[in-house]
Amino acid sequence: MRNPLADKVVEIKPSGIRKFFDIVTEMKDAISLGVGEPDFDTPWHIRDEGIYSLEKGRTFYTSNSGLKELRQEICNTLKRKQGLDYDPLKNVLITVGGSEAIDIGLRAMLNPQDEVIIPEPSYVSYEPCTILAGGTPVIINLKAENDFKLTAEELKAAITDKTKVLILPFPNNPTGAILEKEYLEELAKVIIENDIYVMSDEIYSELTYTSKHVSIATMEGLKERTILINGFSKAYAMTGWRLGYACGPEEIIKQMTKIHQFAIMCAPTTSQYAAVEALKNGDDDIEKMRMEYNQRRRFLLKRFDEMGLPCFEPGGAFYVFPCIKEFGLTSDEFATKLLEEQKVAVVPGTAFGVSGEGFLRISYAYSLEQLKEALGRIEVFINTLREKKN
Amino acid sequence: MRDELLAIIEKNSRIGISDLAAMLGVGEDLVVNELAALEAEGIICGYHTLINWDKTDIDTVTALIEVRVTPQRGEGFDKIAERIYKYPEVRSVYLLSGGYDLMVTLEGKTLKEVSGFVSEKLSALDTVISTATHFILKKYKDHGTVFVQKEIDEREMIIP
Repeated sequence: MRNPLADKVVEIKPSGIRKFFDIVTEMKDAISLGVGEPDFDTPWHIRDEGIYSLEKGRTFYTSNSGLKELRQEICNTLKRKQGLDYDPLKNVLITVGGSEAIDIGLRAMLNPQDEVIIPEPSYVSYEPCTILAGGTPVIINLKAENDFKLTAEELKAAITDKTKVLILPFPNNPTGAILEKEYLEELAKVIIENDIYVMSDEIYSELTYTSKHVSIATMEGLKERTILINGFSKAYAMTGWRLGYACGPEEIIKQMTKIHQFAIMCAPTTSQYAAVEALKNGDDDIEKMRMEYNQRRRFLLKRFDEMGLPCFEPGGAFYVFPCIKEFGLTSDEFATKLLEEQKVAVVPGTAFGVSGEGFLRISYAYSLEQLKEALGRIEVFINTLREKKN
Repeated sequence: MRDELLAIIEKNSRIGISDLAAMLGVGEDLVVNELAALEAEGIICGYHTLINWDKTDIDTVTALIEVRVTPQRGEGFDKIAERIYKYPEVRSVYLLSGGYDLMVTLEGKTLKEVSGFVSEKLSALDTVISTATHFILKKYKDHGTVFVQKEIDEREMIIP
């Protein structure tokens, strides 16, 4: 028989932590700090609106771009929070999670050999989506000494005459790094000088702790060359509703909508009705969750400090990214041993790029009790490692 | 820091000082001082335990009583409220807007005990015009805590 598969797909390597997670699932009494989704339930008034839409029989497709009311609310929200002006009829596409927006955004923009700059460590889908869209990923390995921020110098050094898109994943999964206004201003200059586009993945924009999120699209001249991606999963604890959006220049959104309408038709209708309620009346919910995440973040930072594990202060998302280089183990070895010996699952930093080597991603989308227990076990583990070394 | 501290301990008063300090990102002595100040100012009025008595062998009866009263000259409702809240079996007394004046929560061992209190003590007060007693059949949620659900983490493993 002929090979049924496409080489391009087969050549993409599967995520290295699959096997690792398989062990966790089978291990009883293991504590996992590996999950990258909120531990909160979607606020009830939002769920209620979804239920109500079902009761009313709103079980049809929406338009391909998404409910007009939702697109309008997204524009209102971006105006209110970032001062950005978008036209709901021209600049917005509702997608199945932010992840669909990443995929179709790249597909809409890339020609063969176009280069996409991807700062790492970062979310795992940018590189495969670039390859599937026919582009060439160019990785920038972000540095711990820069608090995993992207600097203008690093960006300049990565740009070639083939560079088309910069992916800007801040607040960052897995490091928790954020980019403040002064960094964005420097990056903006380089972006305009070199005439490249930006895909700004701002899915964690509501979860920042040291300063309010600023979108790169607010920089002078950047709105015209930015696809802003966001969604409902993290801010409103709505991961399972699968709903996100992209805002950007009309010509790009138009082509993205074309792919979306042929591949997906439209985002789930129930989720869209619930999302309208989330944007209209969800600010207090965000604030409550943000406050609790922040308490856990501070708690973890203090505990790692007590243990003597270096960990820079993450300004956003719900992860801390401590350094484990002192033990002479790879992230993968450390995480595997930690799981075997103390039954705590964390994600090795290398799952997010080679520059994650020597780091662990620890999610604090867990209750304080779980975090306390897990951190106690991690402390026992690193004390044994240190004893063995001496 | 004060508001955040109150928000945390309103939900869980058993969190230790060192954990509170870590969660708030301040020193332990600051937390100790703030708690002492909040107690002194009468903002923190007690540290109670939320018990679902239905799950124990101890039988209790709780009633909500709507009370209509005649406010007294110069004292309004305060005096009559005081006469009611001084009874130890009275759990709470609220002054409300609307069709009646005071909402009294009462806890007793038996139905008889509660009805005895209403007819002999509460109704007998000369400022009380009328009462309506509602017995609580089941508590679903109290102090923001749901009594009927189990909390399990159902999130599935997914590649981040």
